[in-house]
Amino acid sequence: MLQKIYDWIDERIDITPIWRDIADHEVPEHVNPAHHFSAFVYCFGGLTFFVVVIQILSGMFLTMYYVPDIENAWKSVYYLQTEVAHGQIVRGMHHWGASVVIVMLLLHTLRVFFQGAYKKPRELNWMVGVLIFFVMLGLGFTGYLLPWDNKAYFATQVGLEMAEQVPVIGGELKALLAGDEEIVGAQTLTRFFAIHVFFLPGALFALMAIHFVLIRRQGISGPL
Amino acid sequence: MSEEKQQVSRRQFLNYTLTGVGGFMAAGLLAPMLRMAIDPVLQPPSEGEFVNVGLAVEDITTTPQRVDWKIKQVDGWYESEPGRTAWVYKDDNGDIIALSPICTHLGCVVSWEGSEDHPNQFFCPCHDGRYTKDGVNVKGTPPLAPLPTFEQKVENGMLYLGKAIPRKGA
Ligand code: HEM
Ligand code: FES
Repeated sequence: MLQKIYDWIDERIDITPIWRDIADHEVPEHVNPAHHFSAFVYCFGGLTFFVVVIQILSGMFLTMYYVPDIENAWKSVYYLQTEVAHGQIVRGMHHWGASVVIVMLLLHTLRVFFQGAYKKPRELNWMVGVLIFFVMLGLGFTGYLLPWDNKAYFATQVGLEMAEQVPVIGGELKALLAGDEEIVGAQTLTRFFAIHVFFLPGALFALMAIHFVLIRRQGISGPL
Repeated sequence: MSEEKQQVSRRQFLNYTLTGVGGFMAAGLLAPMLRMAIDPVLQPPSEGEFVNVGLAVEDITTTPQRVDWKIKQVDGWYESEPGRTAWVYKDDNGDIIALSPICTHLGCVVSWEGSEDHPNQFFCPCHDGRYTKDGVNVKGTPPLAPLPTFEQKVENGMLYLGKAIPRKGA
């Protein structure tokens, strides 16, 4: 049955080469930990991606219960954490994953740095990687406010003060982020929510796509 | 199957192992999320609490009268007191009848003698659904089942109503 559906589609639009191109792409020997154990350092990029997938999936499910409103945000998080079956686990995945993803990203960056893999012709992908790093920090910063507890509130207060220190445009920058010149409140929360679940994930997808296309075009850098 | 020893090739073995391990990891990841998502479906049905609707039994006549009251509702993290409505009267045996006004067609709100053309009936303005006084739907109008009746009890001469129980279609 499935085979028939596949054949029907394949006959018309020839999809086999698309996935074959990925499936038949060989892992070069020098990045395969089965050949050289030290090649495990090449796994950190993939692990970063894996944790990002966890963040996206767990985030999507959290959004089923979460409300970005100062009256209800904390209550909805408390409810999903204490009353909803497995809610604690899903929130835990998102909460710890947010830290693990940064750790993986740093390890991946360290590998690229110490192997000099960022050198010509791969400078562009290093730059894309740096952008991914900033997007990820942005996700961590905006997500941290969402539970709307004291820790979230005061951490955001501090983060916004830091933005305010930027020369010349500091004040505007803070108001833009917080949605108000002085108050960290209702409008800050909705903004951070929109940035956290729509804007930054969108940017992250685009950057990751570029990152991976570049890797396929340029190949993984050769053995040291 | 032949008698010969079935060979598992290296490729097959790796395929099975990878699919197995990958499937196990994906299941471990997705199971908590899916369980969380379907939690509302697995909740036990809520018990209706009886609430004093503020109507003395002696004030109930044989003509349906509209009664409004509030119930306590816990909706996830949100607690509120939404209103409920019933049409209440005494039938020929003196038994109290409390009908839900929610039309069994598509859920509009019916009222007693809501149309001048149809005295002595409940009328739904949305698609001209009609019910006789006992709440039974009039054949040939859109509703396919009678109006639900509220669970009821009387305490200290006051009427208490609980959940609206649907009745089988005619
Ligand atoms: C790499 C990607 C992401 C990172 C690093 C990240 C980070 C965070 C952090 C640090 C928190 C605070 C968690 C806590 O204090 O318990 C959070 C909360 C949240 N995130 Fe994300 N997030 C990511 C992606 C997403 C996506 C894609 C969505 C939705 C589509 C999402 C939806 C949410 C929601 C609804 C909350 C509030 C619930 C809660 O606080 O547990 N996140 N995120
Ligand atoms: S909803 Fe009452 S008749 Fe259609």
